[in-house]
Amino acid sequence: MALPKYATPLERVWHWTYLVICALIFFFLIAPIVVIIPLSFNADRFFTFTDEMLAFDPAGYSMRWYDSLMTFGMAQPEGPRGASWFADMWANAKWVNAAKNSIIIGVCSTVLATVLGTLAALGLSRPEMPFRRLIMALLISPMIVPLIITATGLFFFYSSACVPQGSWAHTLLSPVLSKSGCLANTYLGVILAHATLGIPFVIITVTATLVGFDQSLNRAAASLGANPRTTFFRVTMPLILPGVISGALFAFVTSFDEVVAVLFIAGPDQMTIPRQMWIGIREQLSPAILAVATLLVVFSIALLVTVELLRRRSERIRGVTPA
Amino acid sequence: MASPLDPHAAIVTEAGGLDATLTTADGTPLKRALARASRKSRWRAFLLVLPLLAFIVITFVVPIGQMLHRSVYNDGFAANMPQISGWFAETEPGTVPDDAAFAALSADLQAAAEARTIGIVGTRINYEMPGTRSLFTSTGRKVRGGVEPPYREALLEIDGKWGEPELWASMRNSSTAYTGSFYLASLDRTRDTNGDIVQVNENRRVYIMLFMRTLWLSALVTVMTFLLGFPIAHLLATLPLRRSNLLMILVLLPFWTSLLVRTTSWMVLLQQQGVVNDLLIWMGAIDESGRLKMMYNQIGSIIAMTHILLPFMILPLYSVMRTINPSYVRAAKSLGATSWTAFRRIYFPQTLPGLGAGALLVFILAVGYYITPALVGGASGQLISNMIAEHMTGTLNWSMAAALAAILLAGVLILYWIYDRLVGIDNLKLG
Repeated sequence: MALPKYATPLERVWHWTYLVICALIFFFLIAPIVVIIPLSFNADRFFTFTDEMLAFDPAGYSMRWYDSLMTFGMAQPEGPRGASWFADMWANAKWVNAAKNSIIIGVCSTVLATVLGTLAALGLSRPEMPFRRLIMALLISPMIVPLIITATGLFFFYSSACVPQGSWAHTLLSPVLSKSGCLANTYLGVILAHATLGIPFVIITVTATLVGFDQSLNRAAASLGANPRTTFFRVTMPLILPGVISGALFAFVTSFDEVVAVLFIAGPDQMTIPRQMWIGIREQLSPAILAVATLLVVFSIALLVTVELLRRRSERIRGVTPA
Repeated sequence: MASPLDPHAAIVTEAGGLDATLTTADGTPLKRALARASRKSRWRAFLLVLPLLAFIVITFVVPIGQMLHRSVYNDGFAANMPQISGWFAETEPGTVPDDAAFAALSADLQAAAEARTIGIVGTRINYEMPGTRSLFTSTGRKVRGGVEPPYREALLEIDGKWGEPELWASMRNSSTAYTGSFYLASLDRTRDTNGDIVQVNENRRVYIMLFMRTLWLSALVTVMTFLLGFPIAHLLATLPLRRSNLLMILVLLPFWTSLLVRTTSWMVLLQQQGVVNDLLIWMGAIDESGRLKMMYNQIGSIIAMTHILLPFMILPLYSVMRTINPSYVRAAKSLGATSWTAFRRIYFPQTLPGLGAGALLVFILAVGYYITPALVGGASGQLISNMIAEHMTGTLNWSMAAALAAILLAGVLILYWIYDRLVGIDNLKLG
């Protein structure tokens, strides 16, 4: 981007203007995410910088909103912080419960999406796969179709596709289904929906990893006497693992951030973090929301760094030098 | 490994005769052996995909199929009012209801009132003609004990509305379980008393306006992301890799941050007592009484959606710009082109594939946006998705929601198909 020595004054002016414009756009991208971090330490119930905060007066800052994440919904938030207080928090605090639900649903749907998606990506990247393009388009479509449409469809499906009561299937499946034998208002329903939404990400990242995959490695393994299973676990898997993990992280984030489907198909028991945020934003916007948002930003920074490191590792072990 | 029975073990060429065919060791013609082997490997590839395919069909295709079915099917009237539905089936649209019609109607009303399904019937007609649900429930209460003939006079005495041709037209529209009336309603159309398709009353025309607003806002957001994304992508593509990777984090961080978090931050920034207004007052651009209203209207939706969708424009543009050879621009300049001409005629046309990919992706995602307009859009920033949600959870007119969703789905699928033709789904990249 350096200017050549022979640049005209006009070119120099334009060059610096251009850099300033770019800086402003980067500011536009990042500022909204950064600004909520100091605001979440606000001592007042405001969403703006108070005079104390601007003067860097410690009295203007507090951890009260982070504290409220633990106490909100507790039976006795005022009591001494002993074992019983923690037990109360673990059982009753709304945000803690939401976090637990989000993690349960996120992990289960990620495992499901990653296993199914990786298998499918392996099949899809074989050149002999029939109807490759069509099937690929279908498997990616949950990412393209507006969430509200998917959620509407799932709402109809989950409330109509029920196991009849008294049948053997009902006895077998009753722990994971609702009382009426349907998928609506159940953990399983949300997990299946989130797995569907996460699958396109797994497929995209794993097929991208497989594009640079050298098939002769598999043949070499076979020629040395490895059976297909050994070949897969000892040769293919270690090489595509970075792509698989990236895909899994994408799937997890998708589930962890998803609110539309949850609003439509989940019951009051499946309160997740985004749903709790949604309620908080719509009803009474308190700085506690900003505290949650800050924690989520820290979480996404950690994920971003992980994915970036994985991508570099994948390039290194596959011998792809950065362009 | 290789046994004599293995068809791939050896290929023997029979040199005898003119019609020599290539065969494998066990004598099968090579052509057939190859076909069998490739069929087998096709099946093997397909079997790997099969579990996921089955999963997606069950959790995605079937639900959407069910939704499409719901958009043309509503038996709220037909199932609970069989006699009058039969009368409608036998007569032409526009027929003035005769005594037989009123007899059938009152018998059905009585039966529905006794079976406590009159509310469902009233709700169904209410979709066609707002304000009629109470007519059905109140009439139901009065006819439960039985109606004496003459039925026409009896019903008209309970409520004069029973003689209105519009009401009969609405009942006729609802008299079949399979109906296109929800699609007509999605386009602000209905059937009049003669069965002709006409526009609905001016004060009820909302859906076409909402579709147009959705398209317009999505197009605007796409243009905004292009204007903001192009310089950034260009900068990232021309910087040395080490520095551009660092700056790339600034693009990827919003991409990885929760949608709700980003929407919340915009609410915090844009509200009237918010950071942006405070900043403008501090700078002296506006005074205390002139605080700008940037949230709960279209401006809020546009700003937040532009911010959220910007990475989807930058990433494809960047990956195309990385591959553009800088010597073309240098060649143009050496031939006497000004910087502007070189950019316009040489550089910009080469970025078009990335621009197309980014613009289509942003537009597709913007058309279906729900969360952000719902939170920061206010009344004037609501899009078609919000109307679908409103019908699903507010008015409970599920068939209407399904019809609107089906139209939106058709639009998105057309765009998706264009995307696949132009860009190819294989080229979809994440980060």
